[in-house]
Amino acid sequence: MPFKRFVEIGRVALVNYGKDYGRLVVIVDVVDQNRALIDAPDMVRCQINFKRLSLTDIKIDIKRVPKKTTLIKAMEDADVKNKWENSSWGKKLIVQKRRASLNDFDRFKVMLARIKRGGAIRQELAKLKKAAA
Amino acid sequence: MAPTSKLSHGIKKASRSHTYHRRGLWAIKAKHGGAFPKAKKTDAAAAAAAPKFYPADDVKPRQPSTRKPNPTKLRSSITPGTVLILLAGRFMGKRVVFLKQLKSGLLLVTGPYKINGVPIRRVNQAYVIATSTKVDIFGVDVEKINDKYFARDKKKKAKKTEGELFETEKEATKDLPEFKKEDQKAVDAAMIKAIEAVPDLKTYLGARFSLRDGDKPHEMVF
Repeated sequence: MPFKRFVEIGRVALVNYGKDYGRLVVIVDVVDQNRALIDAPDMVRCQINFKRLSLTDIKIDIKRVPKKTTLIKAMEDADVKNKWENSSWGKKLIVQKRRASLNDFDRFKVMLARIKRGGAIRQELAKLKKAAA
Repeated sequence: MAPTSKLSHGIKKASRSHTYHRRGLWAIKAKHGGAFPKAKKTDAAAAAAAPKFYPADDVKPRQPSTRKPNPTKLRSSITPGTVLILLAGRFMGKRVVFLKQLKSGLLLVTGPYKINGVPIRRVNQAYVIATSTKVDIFGVDVEKINDKYFARDKKKKAKKTEGELFETEKEATKDLPEFKKEDQKAVDAAMIKAIEAVPDLKTYLGARFSLRDGDKPHEMVF
């Protein structure tokens, strides 16, 4: 199978290890075989090992090491935020974050809702079974 | 005093009465109303002059500590109306409402009694998880409840006759005094209305907390 996501200038990646864990960044330059220069609208441009990045499908159109304002504009033009949040990967992460931030009362309400949903499903199933019989 | 002259070794020239008169102590006595004036001995001077005992090592005497213990610090996450999870004791796992901190440092909590069976009770801060859920306890008056309210009644020991000593003591079942039941109702009344206003809060307070498979308490937000 051919590779689909390449390390290139403009590739959007997710940091998967370290201080900036979970942050969406853009590769703006390649330092050497192992490291890239990354940048994001709310952080200082820095170098990072490729092993700490997970590449995404999103790519933006920038030249090598753009100015911060240029980068921000390019990200808005490519609509990175929405593309990310609508992708299944992005959606998964949002749900994970939400679940981790639930407090004890929220978890209790979720439990009640799941029981209710399960009951409704079983009712419907019973009805269908009765109809099929 | 002039040395008394001697006739020979051990024999004085003057008689006893003669030397007594010569010394003149009788005149000084007469001047001071019959008693010979004695110099006043100052106790401090006398003691300091020659202590009876010298210790072998120079040791500083121990001073009693003047340090006063601080009142128990209340965790910043615990404010009046916070829902707490009790971690130990008869009501382990119950979710209760915090009312105030007593002078002894213990926390005053209530179920409310109608919802989960926990009465007005004292609880130690260390055996409690504070959740971020708060109940509105406006209108709840806990001013008169303090540590003395929870003091045990002193049992009066009746003298037993010899026969009765070997009988098992008939324990008088202690019933809650009426005023405590009234206090419970008063404290809970305003709170229950506020609780019923929030959906699911009543069932939440009625349910016990427990850890399930996959729960990581160090990662859970309470």
